[in-house]
Amino acid sequence: MADAVLFEFLHTEMVAELWAHDPDPGPGDNIWRWLLPLESWGQNMNLSVLESVGFRVGQALGERLPREMLAFREELDVLKFLCKDLWLAIFQKQMDSLRTNHQGTYVLQDNSFPLLLPMAAGLQYLEEAPKFLAFTCGLLRGALCTLGIESVVTASVAALPGCKFQVVIQNS
Amino acid sequence: MAVCVAVIAKENYPLYIRSTPTENELKFHYMVHTSLDVVDEKISAMGKALVDQRELYLGLLYPTEDYKVYGYVTNSKVKFVMVVDSSNTALRDNEIRSMFRKLHNSYTDVMCNPFYNPGDRIQSRFVCLGRAFDNMVTSMMIPVC
Repeated sequence: MADAVLFEFLHTEMVAELWAHDPDPGPGDNIWRWLLPLESWGQNMNLSVLESVGFRVGQALGERLPREMLAFREELDVLKFLCKDLWLAIFQKQMDSLRTNHQGTYVLQDNSFPLLLPMAAGLQYLEEAPKFLAFTCGLLRGALCTLGIESVVTASVAALPGCKFQVVIQNS
Repeated sequence: MAVCVAVIAKENYPLYIRSTPTENELKFHYMVHTSLDVVDEKISAMGKALVDQRELYLGLLYPTEDYKVYGYVTNSKVKFVMVVDSSNTALRDNEIRSMFRKLHNSYTDVMCNPFYNPGDRIQSRFVCLGRAFDNMVTSMMIPVC
């Protein structure tokens, strides 16, 4: 049981650390930077760092977890593996629902995402939530990449602690 | 015991290839290269066949007069190819399977190493990186006699 908590703490610190990291100061005076809203301080840069960390971890997990399993026959099998085995290994629960439009877009819905559970339930911290989902988006993208599927993964939160991950398969 | 072991990436370029008699390496490289066609054929046959046999171990790919070539593919489409001496008292299927399993485990360990970039060659130049993988392959290739 203690294993899950270790990852949650690490993740919280990762987000805090990569968020607090100051972006390179612009050519202007430092003092004027304080007038800019907090969100515009290298927001995109930090989220992409988190996402790429998640990507590398996802690549390693995509190699290690399916080891004893039989070969995946099609795309849907890979997505089912993500929803069941990957989620179970990391968050000790399975994804709540998987929907697809059969044309390369999948929506994975988790009604009580463990990394968002410690925060308030409802609409209170809605603006802060995307930071905590970047790592997991990268994780999904990395696992898919190892299993041979190029994709773009985005996340959205309607109300904490539920969230949706949208996977769009890039066809070559 | 294996005479040559190769790890081939998804895009069909070699990540690691090593053979025992250091002369005539090109012959083994060529054999591994030709065996890739057989591997691809087996993978596509596996996809089309409605049989539930979706094993990772591909078995004997093709025998030549001196050597036998075995194949194994992982879920991430990384292929392991092993060339074994035919004159050796025929290694049982189980032994080959267990050799491939060890190879797969070591490869997974290399993949999880944070200093390894997926897609790079597996080298043991840096102490921690490929040394364990190299040692494991060496243990599979030491001749019996």
